[in-house]
Amino acid sequence: MADLPAAAVESTSTSADEAALVAALRAGDEQAYERLVRTLGGRLLSVARRLVGNDADAQDVVQDTFLAAFKALPRFAEESRLSTWLYRIAVNSALTKVRTRRRHPEERLEGLIPAFQPDGHHVLPVAGWTEPADVLVARSEVRELIRREIDALPDTHRTVLVLRDLEEMSTEETAKALGISTNAVKLRLHRARQALGTRLAGALGDRS
Amino acid sequence: MTCRELVEFLDRYVARELPAGEQAQFDAHLAECPPCVTFLESYQNTIAVSRALAECDKRLPPDVPEDLVQAILAARKQT
Repeated sequence: MADLPAAAVESTSTSADEAALVAALRAGDEQAYERLVRTLGGRLLSVARRLVGNDADAQDVVQDTFLAAFKALPRFAEESRLSTWLYRIAVNSALTKVRTRRRHPEERLEGLIPAFQPDGHHVLPVAGWTEPADVLVARSEVRELIRREIDALPDTHRTVLVLRDLEEMSTEETAKALGISTNAVKLRLHRARQALGTRLAGALGDRS
Repeated sequence: MTCRELVEFLDRYVARELPAGEQAQFDAHLAECPPCVTFLESYQNTIAVSRALAECDKRLPPDVPEDLVQAILAARKQT
């Protein structure tokens, strides 16, 4: 079979490109499978990495995602995008991985949530930083630092922060994906942001 | 309003979900509390860097390790 257009598995692909790719996959075309893995694997790896918090588990998730997708391909409903379908499988697979692994004792956020005096005022100093986000993430070492600090959050809080603030899912979508209430999503997100902010301020910041 | 109360509802303040009267109480507290301003900026910066990181990763996704590609393709043939 001729080379498939790269666009068929990218976000700019047309429905005709994608239909051709799906047909090639269903026909067992080896090149089509390889192209799909190479083109979408990186994005899936990135999402999985953020949710599970380490490279080894993220690679397991990506492998599980593709194998589950290949198996389910006959049932793939073509009204949704192939990339969106794979993304959803990857998110679910990553959340299953997080749920099934052993809980670690560091599931607590104490020390990362702000402390207050008896009268309700901040215990000083309050740490912060001023450099704009787009300037910070332009530096690869800072991106790595932010990833490490997100990874260091407890699973229960990291997954909510990743789905809401990085994947930009709604509160309702996040609650459904995690099987928790919308109030629990809001509470965990608020605490996760505070904890991540404390960690980042310690690494990036100035104090007032 | 105390700093503790401001922090407790800061997510709703940032999302502009508070009733107008409460939003005004937050603004009044912030006008005279530099530590809360720093905390608010840190909270907003945290959301901003998370989103900026995600955008950056979407533009430049990581390479898929070759051994992972080969493992996936080999596993497919075995199923």
